[in-house]
Formats: sequence, C-alpha cells, structure tokens
Amino acid sequence: MKINSFRIALSLVAASAAAYSASAQTKLNGAGATFPAPLYQRWIAEFTKADPKIQINYQGVGSGTGITNFTQGIVNFAGSDAAMTDEQIAKVKQGVVLIPATAGSIVLAYNLPGVESLKLSREAYSGIFVGKITKWNDPIIAKANEGVKLPDTAITVCERSDGSGTTFVFTKHLSAISPDFKTQVGEGTTVTWPTGVAGKGNDGVTALIKQTPGAVGYVEYGYAKNNKLTFAQLENKSGAFVTATAASGAATLNSTQFPSEILRAWPSDPDAKDAYPISTFTWLLLYKKYDNKEVLDALKKFVTYGLTDGQKFADDLGYIPLPKEVAAKSEAALKSIE
Amino acid sequence: MRDTAAETPTGDDFRKQRFRFDLFLVLTWLASVATVIALVWIVWSILQAAFPAMAATGFSFFTNAVWNPNRNIYGVFPFLNGTAGSSGFALLLALPLGVAIAIFLSEDFLPSAIRQVIRFVVELLAAIPSVVYGLWGIAVIIPMVQSWGGFLSQKFGFLPTFAPPATGNSMLTASLVLALMVLPTITAISRTALVAVPKTLREGSYAVGATRWETIFKVLLPTAAPGIVAATILAFGRAMGETMAVAMLIGNSPRLTWSLLSPAGTLAGLLANQFGEASGMQVSALMYAALTLVLLTLLVNIAGELVLRHTQKTIAGIR
Amino acid sequence: MSIAIDSAPNSSIKAGSGWDRFRLARNTFWTVLCVGCSFLTLVPLFSIVYLVVVNGLPLLSLNIFAQLPPAPGLEGGGFGNAVQGTVVMVGIGILFAAPLGILSAIYICEYNRRSSLAGAVRFIAKLLTGVPSIICGVFAFAVVVLSTGHFSAIAGGVALAVLALPTILLTTEQAILGVPNSLREASYGMGATRFQTIFRVILPEALPAIMTGLMLAVARAAGETAPVLFTARFSQYWIQSFNDETASLAVLIYNFSTLPYDYQIKLAWTASLVLVVLVTMTNITAQLVFSKRRR
Repeated sequence: MKINSFRIALSLVAASAAAYSASAQTKLNGAGATFPAPLYQRWIAEFTKADPKIQINYQGVGSGTGITNFTQGIVNFAGSDAAMTDEQIAKVKQGVVLIPATAGSIVLAYNLPGVESLKLSREAYSGIFVGKITKWNDPIIAKANEGVKLPDTAITVCERSDGSGTTFVFTKHLSAISPDFKTQVGEGTTVTWPTGVAGKGNDGVTALIKQTPGAVGYVEYGYAKNNKLTFAQLENKSGAFVTATAASGAATLNSTQFPSEILRAWPSDPDAKDAYPISTFTWLLLYKKYDNKEVLDALKKFVTYGLTDGQKFADDLGYIPLPKEVAAKSEAALKSIE
Repeated sequence: MRDTAAETPTGDDFRKQRFRFDLFLVLTWLASVATVIALVWIVWSILQAAFPAMAATGFSFFTNAVWNPNRNIYGVFPFLNGTAGSSGFALLLALPLGVAIAIFLSEDFLPSAIRQVIRFVVELLAAIPSVVYGLWGIAVIIPMVQSWGGFLSQKFGFLPTFAPPATGNSMLTASLVLALMVLPTITAISRTALVAVPKTLREGSYAVGATRWETIFKVLLPTAAPGIVAATILAFGRAMGETMAVAMLIGNSPRLTWSLLSPAGTLAGLLANQFGEASGMQVSALMYAALTLVLLTLLVNIAGELVLRHTQKTIAGIR
Repeated sequence: MSIAIDSAPNSSIKAGSGWDRFRLARNTFWTVLCVGCSFLTLVPLFSIVYLVVVNGLPLLSLNIFAQLPPAPGLEGGGFGNAVQGTVVMVGIGILFAAPLGILSAIYICEYNRRSSLAGAVRFIAKLLTGVPSIICGVFAFAVVVLSTGHFSAIAGGVALAVLALPTILLTTEQAILGVPNSLREASYGMGATRFQTIFRVILPEALPAIMTGLMLAVARAAGETAPVLFTARFSQYWIQSFNDETASLAVLIYNFSTLPYDYQIKLAWTASLVLVVLVTMTNITAQLVFSKRRR
C-alpha cells in the first residue's frame, strides 16, 4: 500500500502542477472511427505543441459509437468512415457538417509462400469473397496470372468479426461490382460472410493472414505496409491492374463527385485508368452551431491545421493525402460553422 | 436478546455498545439493500434495452442458428454453443488442476517456502490483463493448436468433436487460454476453503488410520465443497463473460459448429465485436444476447446448488 | 500435520495386508499427480511471463512514468498518465465496491442468514458473476456519463465497482463462513455483543481470505478494457480532475497493441509489464500487511 500511496502522492503533485496552468485550458473531446485515429492523434500532438492552451482527445471506438455519442451531445466532434445517413443527420438537433478529413485504401493481403506478385481480376476477388472460388489454382485466378505457379491450396478468407468502417467500404465496393455479392451478402459495417475466419480489428485480420498459409483478407493499407504483407494488384473498372499507392489512391479520390449541399460520396467503382478500386474518404463530423465560442475557435483552428499542414503526415502513416479541391471544399464547409 | 432489568447494567458503556450494535445492523442491512438495488438495476437496464428484440424474436432467438444484422435476422444458437463449449471445456481443465494446486498449497508435501513461491506464481497469473492473454495465445497456443489440430482432425475427423476444418483460431485455443485465466480464481478460493477446514477433522481422520489422500477425498474436499463450488461459479462467470482474449482467439465465426477444432463464437465476443458499430434493432439484439448470458449463469448456479446439496447431505453435522 | 500417513514408518502397516499396501501406493500416486499438476501449471505461466518481460523490458525506464504517450509515428514518451488513471479508477471502484460487498456479506452471514434479503443478495450476486465486462461499461455509461453529459474517471470507477462487487461479496461470504463456529460461540459465551464478535473476532480471522478476494477483484478491474473504454475513454494528458476523460493502462494497451506502428506496439508490451508488476506488488503488500494478524 505504501508504494501505491507514494505513487498517488506523486501524481497529485504532478496534477496540481498541471492544474495550475489548466485554468485557461480549452478542452475538446472527440470519438469515432478507429481507421483515422492515428492520423488525428498525430495532428493533435503536433497542433497542441504550437498551442498548448488547447487540449484535445480523440479515441477510436468505432464509427457507430462515434455517431451515437455525437448525437447524444457528449463529444465535440466525431469521426466516421461511413459519414452519416440522412436519418442520422436528422436526429442531431444542432445540425451536422460533414468534413472529409483524410482517406485511405483497402488492400487484399495474401499469404502464399513463393508467390511474390498476384493479380486478381474483378471476377476473381469478388468470387473469392462470396465463396464461389475456393482454391488458389482456380482457372479464374490463373487467367490473370500467366507464368505464376499457383498452388493447389484451399483459400482461407479472412474477414472482420467486429463492426467496422473498413468492412463497410469493402462490401460497398463488392456490391457495386458483383450482383452475386450484393444479393448474398450485401453491404454494411457488419455482414455475415459466407465463408472464412474472422479476426478482431485490422490487427486481428493481419495476424490471421500471417499465420495461415493460403489466406487472403482485406486490411487497411497502413497495416499491410507495416507488417510487410504481400498484397494483390486489383483490376479496376477500365480493366487495368493497379497496385495501391498514394498516386493510384489519389486518382480514385480525384474522380469523386460530391453533391453540392453535403460533402458525402463514395468512389465505389472509379472509372479512371490508374485508379485503385478500393479507396475511400473518412469524415470528421461537426455540429452546425456551437454554443461555446472558445470550443468553436479551438475546433476551427485544429481542423484547419489538419486540412492544411496536417496532410503532410498522411503518407508516412499509411493514408492518402486529400486532393487539393477536396481540401478546399472541406475548409469552406468548416468556415460555415458558427 | 434483552436481559432482565436486574442484569442489565445501566452504565453508559453498555448503552453505547448497544447503540453501536443497532447502528451496525442498520449499516449492513443498508449495504445489502443497496447491493440488491444496484444489481437489480443492471439486470433491469439490460432487460429494458433487450425488450424490442425480445418482442420481435421471442424464443426463436435461442434456437435460430443465423445471425445477420443486415437482414434483421437474429439467432444466437451458435454463440450459445460456443460459450457453453469454451467455458465448459475450460472449467473441465481448470477445475481439477486448480483444486489439485489448492490441495498442494494447503497440505505440507513440500516446505512452506516452495509453497509460497507457487502461490505467488499462481496469483501472478491473475494479474495479467486479458489483452496479454490474447496476445500470448496468438503467439504460442495458435501454432500449437494448428499443428496438433490438423493431426487430430485427420486421424479422428469422423468424431464430431474433431471434425475439420481445423484452424488455429478455434474453440480449443480459446478454452486452453480461458482455463489458464480462471485457474487463479479456483486455486485461491479453494485453498481458502481447504485451509478453513477445522484441524480436528483432519486429526480425527488420521487417528482412525486414513492415509492423507483418503482424508483429502473423503473428509476435506466434501467439507470444503461450498467454497469450491463458489470458486467454480465465479470461475464459470469469468470464463463466460471474458471478452477480449476470447475474441482474439476463437475465430469469431457465426456459423454453428460442434467441432472443438473449428472457429466458433461466444456471446461475450459477439457483444464486444458488434456493439461499437451497432444501431437500432441490432443493439437491442445484442442486449438480448447479454440477457442470455445472465440466464446461462443462472443455469450454472442451479447446477452448483444441486451439487452442493448432494455433498452437504454426506457431511451434515460436521460443521 | 506430521502425523499424516504418507510414508509408513510403522512397520505393521508395511508388513500388512495387500489392501493396505494398495492404499499406500494409491496415496503416493495421488501425491505425485498433485505435485506434478502444480508444477505443470508453471510451464504456461513462465511462458506468458517470459513473453511479457522479453517484449516489455526494452522500453522500460523511469522516464516512462514521467511522460505522456507518444503520437502515432513518433517515438519517445511514456504512459505516466495511464498509470495515474488506473490507480485512480481502480481506487474509486474498490472504494465503492469493497464497503458495499463486505458489509453485505457480513449481513447475510452474521445477522439474518436465512432471511429473504440474504437470499436475494446471494442470488443476484451469483447471477451477475457471468455478466461480461462490456455490460458494466454500458451500464455505467448510461447511468453516469449520460446524466452528467461527459466522460469521467468517476464513471470509470463506477463501472469497475460494478465489475468487482459480485466477486468481493461472494469471496467475503466464503471467508466469513470459513471462521469456525467455535470462535463465535466462545465470543458470545464471554458476553460479547454481535458487533463486538464481528469486529474483534470474526473479521480479523477472516481478513486474509477477504484480502484474497479483494486482490482478485483488483487484478480483474485493473486489466479490463471495456468498462473503462466506455466510461472514461482515454486522455493524452495528466489527470486534472476526476470529471474528465482519463487514461488507463488497459485502454492504452488496447489502443497501442492494435496499431501498425512498431514503437507503439512495444510500448503496449511495456505497459502490460508495468500493469502486472503493479497489481502483483499491491497483492503482495496487502497480503503481507493483513496476514500478520494470523498466528
């Protein structure tokens, strides 16, 4: 007990020292999607270094919980991979402004020892995830991979067990390109996959893929990059096989058309020749009106930082920097908040 | 409890003690009432949140083997099976092992110093957070189960318990790690119960010529049974409610399977996985799943009571 | 204890009937099995401890406790605020749950053992042992966070209290029941009131066992993520008030271990090591302090 009291005493001293300067603190609190959480937290760290009077916390708890907390009014801002539907927006009495903040790509990572590069056609990868294609040496896969020796192993599909924005975007894309998938599985943050094993979180799926020869799964680009997973080149709408890079992701994002009143759109099946087929924005959700002027000022400064200087951290951390036009639109939307 | 007027001292001291006595009774009574209110409140909140789903699905919730939030179909049978299977198997492993260690710690097979070390080491297991158990399971147990499971499903695959597909993430993996997680609970509480058995009982048993183990099996364990059953109930509760570690190890499959070697899902894991992103009817269905867990605990408790009543009959009067 | 009959110094048993030799052999068998099982559990335990130490030691330093968590992609920093937060929230949780649990257990054991209130307490406490920790978080969220309008360490403490209460209550009940009746009878026989008997005879006797239960509850509370995640979220800063979001080791480990950045993952292991050491030290200290009363 003595040791604990000592620690508590130490902390109280530190706390009161910190509290001394806390009188002029503005505190912001946000929650939501886990996908952009690392980037937002990097923004917070860099931004508050320059402006220590502002304290910001963002915790990844899932887009759904973020939207719920936002509607309940217990957070100042939220993050969502699935933006907000019109019904959800209607429930927020202060009104909602959707601000695209950053973007990312979803890759199909696989575990096939000896197969360094793999091309998956639209038919192939939608067939795998709907459960129709069950072996790696299936002719549909082999068709796009001439000269590559595909083994006779069973395909183990790795998916997400938890509700997730990544699943939402991936299933949205699959539903757009495969009517089979649309009827059998559909789109959503949680879907019932017809086959495979499920892991919790991107890290869970990454671990599954690493441990299971013959596995293929969908993970965010940052996880594949950091864990040195091999991922496939995917065929896009115009027939080209594209690898996920900052450039191919940007090509997808550039081709996205936003409706004028609300910055919400999903490039579920981009046309452009060099576009990577599975890329998406992620949004910051802010209220249209804020009662507290200090909170509003701090929030505006922070989000502006993120949309301008903050974008330089995106590539390092595995995200796609916002295209300039989209960033400009986001800043305009931000200005409209009072 | 009142003495006659002649015997009751009128001194201030005694009056004060009487006053304190009543006050303490009131205090503990209040604590009990507060406990009941707090815990009933929790069950009530779960019930309230679960009601829409209960109204929509009724009892088919327990028997339906499909869980598809997108199509609004909710059935938890595979998860019920997974919870019962993983917790049951975990307790099957942990109970004998835990009681064995408790016996070891309460008897003097080896010097006190070694016993203290083992006791410390078992309690160390309790201090490890669930996430770390999950990470350890991924690093150590999954590869083990992948190789042994593959072998088992090839040789004995005709048995439903070992049927393929055999994956590293399976009910077996989760059960093994769960057994390790509940071991400290069983050991610590069983040891307390064994140590509390009056010395006179031990001495009496040895005096009539019983060997040490005959004493343990016929006298000590039945006497300590209430404590061991309480330990088991707490361990079961922990195993059924364990979320993090199981979600990382069991494969989280919504498909029904009877095989120990295939991926499965548990109710707690379902809750943890889907609660963050759920809305509307799905939240209600998840709360209904939580209620199912409470009902499962009730069943375990009833079973425990029955076991206890059986052993108590044989030792009535010793205490 | 030395009169236990394991070996057979008494020659009459050795030379006795085959049945006796069988009993002796059976006795030895069980001893070997029991001791073997005990040492068997050391194997996985050492495996886990080894993993935690090997992965957690590299980044361990005193600086860890004085610094705040690093942002993703950056290195350096520590998790002093998370240690603060865990201590505070587990402290609040035990502050609520321990008196409630222990006093209730005293009531149902010593005062009205067979009353309907006692039956209700036992029933509902046992029922809630199976509640997943996430429900404790959801409940505390609905009751504390939504009514106060913000996340707080107090809400986290309430969630942990709900988690710990059934364990504390049931283990204390077992501890009190474990006190021999002869002590109670002796105490009443000397003219003590019920209160005196409880406070001066029963509780001191049951204290080590109560401590065991309390430490089990503390260990669980310190290591659970879901209850604190839903109620206190996380904070990048030192604690300034109990009414703010608060960091905790459990949420830190959860956050960092799921990131794709190596430094944060290593820090998560170090946090696990610190958590295990912290809880074990609390455990040992408590048991040492409270077992001195034992003869």
